[in-house]
Amino acid sequence: MRVKQLRLIVTFHTTTAAMAMEKVCAEQGVPGRLIPVPREITAGCGMAWSAPPDARDAIEKAARVAGIEIDGWYELIV
Amino acid sequence: MIYLDNAATTLRKPPQVIEAVVQAMSALGNASRGTHAVSLDASRTVYQARVKLAQLFGCRRPDHVVFTCNATEALNIAICGAIEPASHVITTDLEHNSVLRPLYRLQAEKQVELSFVAADRRGNIDYADFEKLIRPDTRAIVCTHASNLTGNMVDVARVGHIAKKHGLLFIVDASQTAGSVPIDMEAMNIDILCFTGHKALMGPQGTGGMCIREGVSIRPWKVGGTGVQTYSQTQPQQLPALLEAGTLNGHGIAGLAAAVDYINSVGIDAIQAKERFLTRRFLDGVSRIEGVTVYGDFSDGQHAPIVALNIRGYESGEAADELAETYGIATRPGAHCAPRMHQALGTAELGAVRFSFGWFNEAEEVDAAIRAVKELASCG
Repeated sequence: MRVKQLRLIVTFHTTTAAMAMEKVCAEQGVPGRLIPVPREITAGCGMAWSAPPDARDAIEKAARVAGIEIDGWYELIV
Repeated sequence: MIYLDNAATTLRKPPQVIEAVVQAMSALGNASRGTHAVSLDASRTVYQARVKLAQLFGCRRPDHVVFTCNATEALNIAICGAIEPASHVITTDLEHNSVLRPLYRLQAEKQVELSFVAADRRGNIDYADFEKLIRPDTRAIVCTHASNLTGNMVDVARVGHIAKKHGLLFIVDASQTAGSVPIDMEAMNIDILCFTGHKALMGPQGTGGMCIREGVSIRPWKVGGTGVQTYSQTQPQQLPALLEAGTLNGHGIAGLAAAVDYINSVGIDAIQAKERFLTRRFLDGVSRIEGVTVYGDFSDGQHAPIVALNIRGYESGEAADELAETYGIATRPGAHCAPRMHQALGTAELGAVRFSFGWFNEAEEVDAAIRAVKELASCG
């Protein structure tokens, strides 16, 4: 099993927003990847952006540039 | 076979489109249904398709590109979901049943009142009629970008200007133009642009969609699984999930994205120029034949690649059957799901034979069709 670590988790209202985030982060060299939304946040489904905690500023900027609406920010050990 | 029924569907597709569908069918999971590799690949493919279509149609937001299975579904969602009950709507005689029947349904079930901008015997409309028909309770204008029967085009930028001036919702049916005529929904003041993927866009059947301007509200006609917000009892309110319940046609959408790439590589202006060349060549050829009646108005040069005609002595179905059986030429006879336009042209009884051209047609095929019409006319 992978070792769990503290991660910044960003959630979205739609898959389309998550895909836009993946694209803009790749373009701007912002770290992270898409994961299933952790159960601590919601028991629903969907995908979230998981990144190192210090990437928040870069993610915020990327989201602003791409016009992506973020649902929530979380720090979780996942 | 010489295929001249591109207004129904384009038969020849770019090889890239076919390859993309085959590849998708062997490699894509279900979009928006997880984060394993093949589901993410499907989500990426669908997202890229939204980006490409948004760029093609001048839609500011890729997440406002909603996929449907065809233009009819998009028009039903738009007309039934965005037009308020007991309001007044303006449309035109040029419309296809995919516009007319949802509107007639609202008229019968939701007390919506309809007014029609009339077409004359050549299929032309008077743009001043739109403003003349506006009433205090008018809420929307719904119109086609081009008649699927005669190819007559509607100046949607002009109609969009009228709609904007009077604060009306403007819904456009781009079934006959998307892919071969430049469309910029922002510049044209279009609120909802409905398109199909399998005609001039040269994508697979079962693809289509709508581009929705920011601030336009649409009530979904179907609700269900979206892969997000599972425990909410209501559909997600954000586009495109709001209007996309159920598994998307990911395989088809992959093909549609490849089709947009192909169109961009060729250039939409080049496609339009070639189709207009073929249309003009055919028109010039058949117009000179005694016993042939051509419908529509070609005088302004703004025309979809369609020529509808009748040949003296033939009912339209007979003529189309002769063309198919004797000459191997595929056309479409009958009423073309455009009842009001046929009534305007005076062809409700006779129907018409529709020749429609596409990017992959060549001048030799057009010339063969002219010769066939000439022969039929000479013995009709």
